[in-house]
Amino acid sequence: MDFEGTSIISIRDMERESLLRIIEVSNEIKGGRHAGCLEGKVLATLFFEPSTRTRLSFESAMRRMGGSVIGFAGEDYTSVRKGESLYDTIRTVCGYCDAIVIRHPVEGAARLASEVATVPVINAGDGANQHPTQTFLDLFTMTEFFADFSKLRVGFLGDLKYGRTVHSLAYALSLFRTPMWFISPELLKMPEDLMQEIGRNGSKTHELEDLDRLEGTLDVLYVTRIQKERFGDMQEYAKVAGCYRLTKKVVEQLGRDVKIMHPLPRVDEIAMEVDELENAIYFKQAHNGIPVRQAVLGLVVGTLK
Amino acid sequence: MSEKTYKVYAINDGTVIDHIPAQKALKVIDILGLENEGILTIGIGFSSHKMGKKDIIKIENKYLKKEETDRISLIAPQATINIIREGGLREKRKIEIPKEYIDIVKCLNPNCITSKAEVKTRFKIVQSSPLVLRCHYCERIVNAGDVEIQ
Repeated sequence: MDFEGTSIISIRDMERESLLRIIEVSNEIKGGRHAGCLEGKVLATLFFEPSTRTRLSFESAMRRMGGSVIGFAGEDYTSVRKGESLYDTIRTVCGYCDAIVIRHPVEGAARLASEVATVPVINAGDGANQHPTQTFLDLFTMTEFFADFSKLRVGFLGDLKYGRTVHSLAYALSLFRTPMWFISPELLKMPEDLMQEIGRNGSKTHELEDLDRLEGTLDVLYVTRIQKERFGDMQEYAKVAGCYRLTKKVVEQLGRDVKIMHPLPRVDEIAMEVDELENAIYFKQAHNGIPVRQAVLGLVVGTLK
Repeated sequence: MSEKTYKVYAINDGTVIDHIPAQKALKVIDILGLENEGILTIGIGFSSHKMGKKDIIKIENKYLKKEETDRISLIAPQATINIIREGGLREKRKIEIPKEYIDIVKCLNPNCITSKAEVKTRFKIVQSSPLVLRCHYCERIVNAGDVEIQ
């Protein structure tokens, strides 16, 4: 499988083998291999909306591989403000770099950029749509604790309706037929068409409104925040928010070995006391953004095969 | 095919679109942009063994191409296309749902790049019966019944 020149836009473009290859290379990089393989290469990070952690982790990944970074964050400081189209921005920047990372508030902007660009484009988030490298690092983190996706039992908790990370990860896991449990208030359930897609791919799914009956069931619980602004009625929010807050006691009830993941940033959906438990792997997960993005950059630029 | 059949719908040259779902003929004309394309004959509410009721359109001196057929497939997937030349049936074909609709369907997501930039819309087929499409750019799903033609 050759990634050279390939843009990474959506998890729907990925096959099982491509995901496993990215995980394999990430693992090699984490083990100390491939240092300096992007020497002399330039990455452009085009952040049309702010995202500190994603941008910093891409920049760190590029520099750790020996490459350099150009770019901007926030369109206020660019020609975009003068009215330049995305098309022209991308066409121009392609001449300055070996790969582009783009974050844009408009859905589909990264796909369009990849169709215009002459270098590979990596989507670092396009509105509510896709953020594939987050999914890669989620999958990679799981493989550090569990051997086989098809035998993994994964739960998702919180806002499953709007959560882009949940949608992408659930889709990716469905390629491995991973059984999944979706736990959310009625108002924030998984979109029906996505549930059908996951089912068609061969995953068994369960939808629940609370964690009560899941003692000993899950290997991984992936937690996301329930945003206040999704609720018209604040009383309704207050009622729901408490039920989806993870405390030490709740984790202990779920099972001794369950791993807790979260895409971060967290607000109060996981109590700080959970951090000290071995079950909490969300900071490891965040740090895995570096080797995974190193792997993706090396593969699409073509210095890693 | 007997000649008699074609006397009922007689055109010498052009396209007959048969088996259009009842009451959809005007929409088909709209989609194909045929309002000012010469002589049209429209039949609405004909009896049909297959469909109960159906509409029929005859377009004189115009031979529908595949791209146009693709446009019709969104609202009349069961329609049949008859190409008539010199008074005889020269070609009869069913409408096929393409793998992708390019520059036909409007994306209803106001935050899709196709609503913000000059770019041709592209919709891929998720399933054909009932027809469900997905925007190539923002990846939103749309059911055939909710499709808006550009």
